[in-house]
Amino acid sequence: MQQDALILELQNGNERAFERIYHLYSESTYGIIYSIIRDEKIAEEVLQDVFLKIWDKAPSYNSDKGRFFTWILNIARNASIDKIRSKDFKNDQQNLKTDNFVDILESKTNFSEAVDAIGLKKYIDALKPVCKKLIDYLFFKGYTQKETSEELDMPLGTVKTRNRICIDKLRAMVIK
Amino acid sequence: MDIQKYISSGILELYVYGALSEQEGREVSRVLKKYPEVKTEVEEIEKALLTLSAATAPNNAEHLIASIKEKLSRPTATTAPVATPVRTINWITYSGWAASLLLLIGLFVVFNRASELREDLQAANARNVQMEEQIANAREDAEKAEELLAVIRDRNVQRIPLKGQQVAPEAFASVYWNTEENTAYIDAKDLPEPPRGKVYQVWSLTMQPLTPISIGLLADFEADDNKVFSLENQNQSEAFGITLEPEGGSETPTMDQLYVLGTVAAP
Repeated sequence: MQQDALILELQNGNERAFERIYHLYSESTYGIIYSIIRDEKIAEEVLQDVFLKIWDKAPSYNSDKGRFFTWILNIARNASIDKIRSKDFKNDQQNLKTDNFVDILESKTNFSEAVDAIGLKKYIDALKPVCKKLIDYLFFKGYTQKETSEELDMPLGTVKTRNRICIDKLRAMVIK
Repeated sequence: MDIQKYISSGILELYVYGALSEQEGREVSRVLKKYPEVKTEVEEIEKALLTLSAATAPNNAEHLIASIKEKLSRPTATTAPVATPVRTINWITYSGWAASLLLLIGLFVVFNRASELREDLQAANARNVQMEEQIANAREDAEKAEELLAVIRDRNVQRIPLKGQQVAPEAFASVYWNTEENTAYIDAKDLPEPPRGKVYQVWSLTMQPLTPISIGLLADFEADDNKVFSLENQNQSEAFGITLEPEGGSETPTMDQLYVLGTVAAP
């Protein structure tokens, strides 16, 4: 309920609500953007644009269509993909194809206090390769169920049930 | 509606990802508003994903809020419209406006019709995906069932029941051993789910002296729907046993974690 009220306040143009929303979602959004863009400075710019969009477009968010988090996710993924496709984006030294979120966790040295990421990193290592792929495609890259099924050559229903098992594992780690 | 089944189908995870079609998404939103347990589940999935993605952020972004807030667009004060001097009526101008208005209405009607069609098409596509999924699942199940039936019917197969031991008196399993093809099919439907970090390991035993030889692990136990596993077994087995071992399996069986055991009937 509290969450719903906060979103309503945001939709009414309340800046304090915007600050709270930023506090709740900015780090995850930054993570999504960075996992696609792989450049800290550019990811920071995109993050700012994304939150300006959240402010401007908030009135158009409709909870009948999906979660607020999902709505933000879509804005963040789209903005990031637009960015890496734009002319001014140079990705000569990067091989975006082979990287996924696991590499970021593995190469990371400093974590914010909000996340016990060292612990998380350890458990992510224990996730099955297929889980890493499913989470990367469906969550970080925003593929549909069908696209994921084609990409991994896995029946549609299996994508759904397998992914559920993977997320269950992830949840067990996060709750610990 | 069986809510537990709905939750465990995995649709809620796809919903949070945004991987469902618009129509499917709306359907889940409806269910979520009706059943509090679905909402709780969705919130927990969301929490796990928030934590995971936050961990991939290169650094803390809290400090950016100030510069973002400076750029927020705010409603600007509206200025009073400047009155224009009244002119004589120009009929040409009016008829021009009227024609534009008619054109606009026409365009609007066409546009509406087009978006209705587009929505119909999207709904049909969504239904197709669901059908495809159901057919694929049914086909997969049917293939598996047929394969299992063929295994059991084979004349070279003997069935060895494995009975529950001290740690799990309720447990039960069967081995369908094809001695021609050196394959052992383990039906492990009545074994409890292994705890995290543990795995079932299957052993072929020969008596006098008692020698256990590992023939493999029941890998991916919880993900396997039918709980039938096929393992290679070239041994002259006299008995089979299944023990619970640390992930990756062990060199020798942990005897106090022996779940089930059964001897092969003499030919």
